[in-house]
Order: sequence, then structure tokens, then C-alpha cells
Amino acid sequence: MIEIATPLTGAASTGEAVQFWILAVIAVAGALGMVLCRKAVHSALCLAGTMIALAVCYMAQGAVFLGVVQIVVYTGAIMMLFLFVVMLVGVSAEDTVKDALRGQRIAAVVAGLGFGVLLIAGIANAKLRTFTGVGAADAKAGGNVQGLAALIFTKYVWAFEVTGALLITAAIGAMVLTHRELTEERQTQRELAERRVRLGTQVTPLPAPGVYARHNAVDVPGLLPDGTPSELTVNPTLRARGQMRDVSGELVDRMGELEASTAGWLGRRTPKPRHSTELAEAPASAPAQAPASAPAPASAPDVEESE
Amino acid sequence: MNPVNYLYLAALLFTIGATGVLVRRNAIVLFMCVELMLNASNLALVTFSRLHGNLDGQIIAFFTMVVAAAEVVVGLAIIVSVFRTRHSASVDDTNLMKL
Repeated sequence: MIEIATPLTGAASTGEAVQFWILAVIAVAGALGMVLCRKAVHSALCLAGTMIALAVCYMAQGAVFLGVVQIVVYTGAIMMLFLFVVMLVGVSAEDTVKDALRGQRIAAVVAGLGFGVLLIAGIANAKLRTFTGVGAADAKAGGNVQGLAALIFTKYVWAFEVTGALLITAAIGAMVLTHRELTEERQTQRELAERRVRLGTQVTPLPAPGVYARHNAVDVPGLLPDGTPSELTVNPTLRARGQMRDVSGELVDRMGELEASTAGWLGRRTPKPRHSTELAEAPASAPAQAPASAPAPASAPDVEESE
Repeated sequence: MNPVNYLYLAALLFTIGATGVLVRRNAIVLFMCVELMLNASNLALVTFSRLHGNLDGQIIAFFTMVVAAAEVVVGLAIIVSVFRTRHSASVDDTNLMKL
């Protein structure tokens, strides 16, 4: 028989008090995080933390079976279902900040505060002092699980059977809601190929992404012979999201930096910086020679045009 | 420590969940807030079970969990099908019935 922290009497021990204050802080922090986080994934993780804290609270109060069910069903099944749907709908989908109704948020927070004050005042007013504890009830049935089983299959057997009907209805409902009827017959590979040839826009398979010498990640577009990135090589989903990485210019710069730092480290003086300073100074010294050479460039376009 | 503190914790979590339902716009987060409220009520039921010294409260908490599981399955299926047709998970965008 499991005997973890099952209180035989209703009063809480010092250990339970310490545990409660730690868990309460975790649970409230998780709940606040869930409401305040802008991204749905973060909210889901915060809620999972709260649920685990609550599971330990159940166990501390003698509801060992419920604590395990809480972890298995809630944090195991329901939260994973939530995460699946968050991934389906889009991880990066953020909540809107603007109010649809003016001042609705402030009114909601005020209403929430008032509701909480009422609820807590009501509990405080009840003056609950003596807690019997479930130890005696557990002991009579021979354990927590046995006690619950006896109740489920005798006193609450009707509710239990209705629950079965509810679960079957829910499963069928989910299947009906997410089922998509095909409105036209699925095309075979042959038909698709024939259509592609008939249209003639892109007969061959699409070009592969990546620049083989450096990158082969799917978000890196392949480069055309003239060095411009080819949009066709990247998956349309990534293109629509704007998650393409253009490496053509970036890579050339990085290679230049690397070469310069290597040369510096080896103690070589690269000719490049001297060149660039010369080029930078060139316009300053140019005006002196300009009058002599100016007419030639100015007349050059005219010659080309006349030809 | 008086075990009534568990009831205060449950009331606090329920309030946070209820405020979240009113404040948030994303349908999935809304659902999570409803789950938090159900969890808070479960904690209160377990504490009541301890208060009275019988297991009925735990049984009702158990049934609440089962109903919550069924509710989540159907609710998430509705969210997914709405997202498919409207490309949005925000509850403000579902306003076709509005005049």
C-alpha cells in the first residue's frame, strides 16, 4: 500500500507546509506566465509546470491516484495535444495586442480582481478549521485506489457509464470535425506528369537548394551562374514565410574578412588595404589632373550615341 | 498550516484562469485558461475530500478530468477546423454571424 505523505489526520505537518508554499509559488507563477506570455508555446509550457505542481498538491493531500492521473492525463496527454495543435496552427502566431472593444482588458482585470476577492473572502468567512483527512476512509477500503474503485463501480456506476458514452462521442466528434472530404478524385502520378508536360512551364524537377561548395541547407537558395539567388530552389512554404537565407553577398564578405585576418595573423601585409586607401585618396587628387582628361569622358557618350 | 490554504490557492488559480479567458484573444490560450480553471476546481474538490474525510470529492475530481479530456479533444478539433477555413486562431476573427 502506498503511504506517501498520506495524512491520517487532517492537520498539515511542517513538511507539508513547506512543500505547499513552494508549490503554491510555482503554480501561481506558472498560471501568471500562461496568461502573460505572448506566444502560445510558452503559455503551454507554463501551464504544464502549474499542472505538475498541482499533481504534487493532490498527492500531498492523500489523493495519490488523482495525482498520478493528473500527471499522465493532463501533462502527458492533454498538454501534448495542445502542443500538437500549437504546432499545426503556427508556433510564431502571436496574440494581437490591440483591443477589439475599448477598455475591455482593463474591465476584465478589474472584474477578475473583484471575483477573486469575493471568492477568497467567501472561503475565509466559512472558517474551516477541522479537516478530517482521508486516511480513515482509505484505510477502511484498504487503500486509496481500492476506495476509489469501490465508489466508482457501486455508487457512481451510472456516472461512470455515461462518461464512457461521452468519451466515444468526443472521439467521433473530433474525427468528424477534422475530416476533410475530397471534392475531386485524387490525380495519379501519370496524370500529373502529363499535365506538367502539357503546361510546359516547369517540365523538369525543381532545382535543388543550397550552394554545394558551402551550404546545403534547405533555406539557402541555389545560385544562378551570374551569382544571383534562384527563388525556385527554396520550398514555397519557406518562401512564403520569408525564411530564406541569402548567402551570395554575405559569404563573399565573410571570405574576404577571413582572408584578411589570416594574412594579418601570419604577419603578411596584404596588398588589399593599400589599394583601397589609394582608391579612397584618388578622388581627392583627381581634380588636379581633371581639366586635361575631362573632355574625353564627357565626349565619349556622345560618340557612342551617334554610332 | 491550516489546509484551507489549498482552497485559497485554488481560488487564486481559478481567478487567474477566468481573467485569462477574458483578456486573451488566441483560441488555444483561451482553452488553456479553461483547463487551468478546471484544475483549480479539482484542487478544491480534493481539499473538500480531505475536509470531510470521504472519497466522494476525489471521485468528482476524477470525473472532471475525464470530461476535461473530452472537452479538449472536441475544442481543439473545432480550433483546427476553424483555422483551416479562416487561417486564424484569434477569437476576434470569427465574426461571420455579426451584422
